[in-house]
Amino acid sequence: MVDGATILQATKRPRLIRWSVALAALAGAVVLPQFVNAYVTEVATTALLYVVLCLGLNIVVGYAGLLDLGYAAFFAVGAYTSGILTAEFGFNFWLTIPVAMAAACVAGIIIGAPTLRLRSDYLAIVTLGFGEIVRIIARNLDITGGASGLVGIERPEIFGFKLMQVQHFYYAFLVLALLTAFVCLSVERSRMGRAWFYVRYDEDAAAGIGINRVSAKLQAYMMGAVIASVAGCLYAAKMTAISPESFTFNQSLLILLGVVLGGMGRIPGVVLGAILVALLPEVLRGAGTYRPLVTAVALLAIMLFRPNGLWPDKRV
Amino acid sequence: MTLDLVIQQLVNGLIVGSFYALIALGYSMVFGVIKLLNFAHGDIYMNGAFVGLIVFSFMGLWVGNGWFGVVCALLVSMLVVGLLGVVIERFAYRPMRNAPRLSILITALGASMVLNGTALALTGGRHFAFNTDLGFAGVDISTVHITYTQMLLVAASIALMAGMQAFVSRTMYGKAMRAVSIDMGASRLMGIDVDRVIALTFFMGSALAAGGGVMAGAYYGSVHFFMGFIMGLKAFTAAVIGGIGSVPGAMLGGLLLGLLEAYGSSLPFVGSEWRDVFVFGTLILFLVFKPTGLLGRSVVERV
Repeated sequence: MVDGATILQATKRPRLIRWSVALAALAGAVVLPQFVNAYVTEVATTALLYVVLCLGLNIVVGYAGLLDLGYAAFFAVGAYTSGILTAEFGFNFWLTIPVAMAAACVAGIIIGAPTLRLRSDYLAIVTLGFGEIVRIIARNLDITGGASGLVGIERPEIFGFKLMQVQHFYYAFLVLALLTAFVCLSVERSRMGRAWFYVRYDEDAAAGIGINRVSAKLQAYMMGAVIASVAGCLYAAKMTAISPESFTFNQSLLILLGVVLGGMGRIPGVVLGAILVALLPEVLRGAGTYRPLVTAVALLAIMLFRPNGLWPDKRV
Repeated sequence: MTLDLVIQQLVNGLIVGSFYALIALGYSMVFGVIKLLNFAHGDIYMNGAFVGLIVFSFMGLWVGNGWFGVVCALLVSMLVVGLLGVVIERFAYRPMRNAPRLSILITALGASMVLNGTALALTGGRHFAFNTDLGFAGVDISTVHITYTQMLLVAASIALMAGMQAFVSRTMYGKAMRAVSIDMGASRLMGIDVDRVIALTFFMGSALAAGGGVMAGAYYGSVHFFMGFIMGLKAFTAAVIGGIGSVPGAMLGGLLLGLLEAYGSSLPFVGSEWRDVFVFGTLILFLVFKPTGLLGRSVVERV
């Protein structure tokens, strides 16, 4: 017999360790730019961008179990909405964020509502097409700057302080990553999060206990879309110039790889995966045309030999 | 739209449509048997074109760039790439057969990326010319010139599809395929070697895609590692239009999509740069209003 107190102790201690590790990692992330050069800060900023994107996609793939192959499209919707509004219409950067979120919601409904009623495979291939279509639209419209892209995006100001240097954006992305992680943590434990979890494991049983599976899936899909669009706003502000080629199918694949690599459905695993994915281009700098093959083999190997990722979810 | 343009686009639409139909057919067959969208299908088409080009170039040293070379390239490519499909099934899909749906889908995606990445690494991303010498003889309808090559391409793909339909509906193995697609477990209990039937389905589907690849390569005169990506999407659209899982549906969907695209892109407000958006819009409309397609039966979600 095991009494309650023992169980409580056994679950409490790892939680203490977990929180101290998380705090130590956070402290490390906060002081990092003070000790390294601009190149490392740049790579770290990219890593934080991927952390945000992977956490967002994790809601769709990890929590709700839907395969989204065009996630970069929502990232593009955010970046272009914010970029066009600041560069062409002189909007304040912070005001573009709610507009971008609304745009991502609309796009999410257009794609999600018809497809989520159907088999999950349909969503995968429709999102794949959607990713391509957003890129084609960005390339062919005048307002998006065509194939050469959109330039002259305003840098954001906060309390009279203008974000200019790599370090400033590093901290901006760090704040966004923390916010996203916080949202994911709270959503994971909410009624909605539990509904997603149930839908992912057994759709019919979930429907049987009264979960509206279509709206549960749509909520997950739109939430992921909104997170990507906010990341897109900040990305546009950091780059000041964006082009359709930043939002290709490969971008979507890298984000997906980040989610799968670390372990679908688990925040620390996804963060780890995102960081690894951001480091990948730096490691494979000399690989040239072999780079996509390495990514592909990594994805396939993970699925075949370690399907729950490098740092798996214990609930599985 | 003048009459000439109507005829010209009819020809274009039928040719492109027959490529779509061939590839959609493979999609549909594999889907019918294992209830899985084979993401690698577009890449298999691309590999088929490359294998065809290699065979064609070697043959060219002895027999020139004429018909004989193209036919040999077609047959060899169908055989080789059909076997490639079997290998992919064996190493990527079979181990995952009882895994959660999401894992199977991601594995399929991984298989597709490996094929694509290998082609990119080997070719360096270059376009390769597929220089055929098939002549320009043909018939003229008003001012539109239709070559015999174009007619033969359409006829050959229709023949391939008719052969497939006959195989599925008349032979013992075709019957086994239909049985597996209805109920895999019960088929196994009835003594059908399910693994073998699935492997055969992958072989035939991949061979059809390879046939389409060689024909498209020879027709357009160019082969590229990325050619399978958009083709995979459009073949899926064609399969959805016709009704996924249905053999005649795939043919109908392919031809319809080809025609729709040909006439659609000659509309003044669509134009060729918006062609893919137009096709995708069609797909979304079908998913909203007729997800079972024109000839499909309603599909029950596998539990």
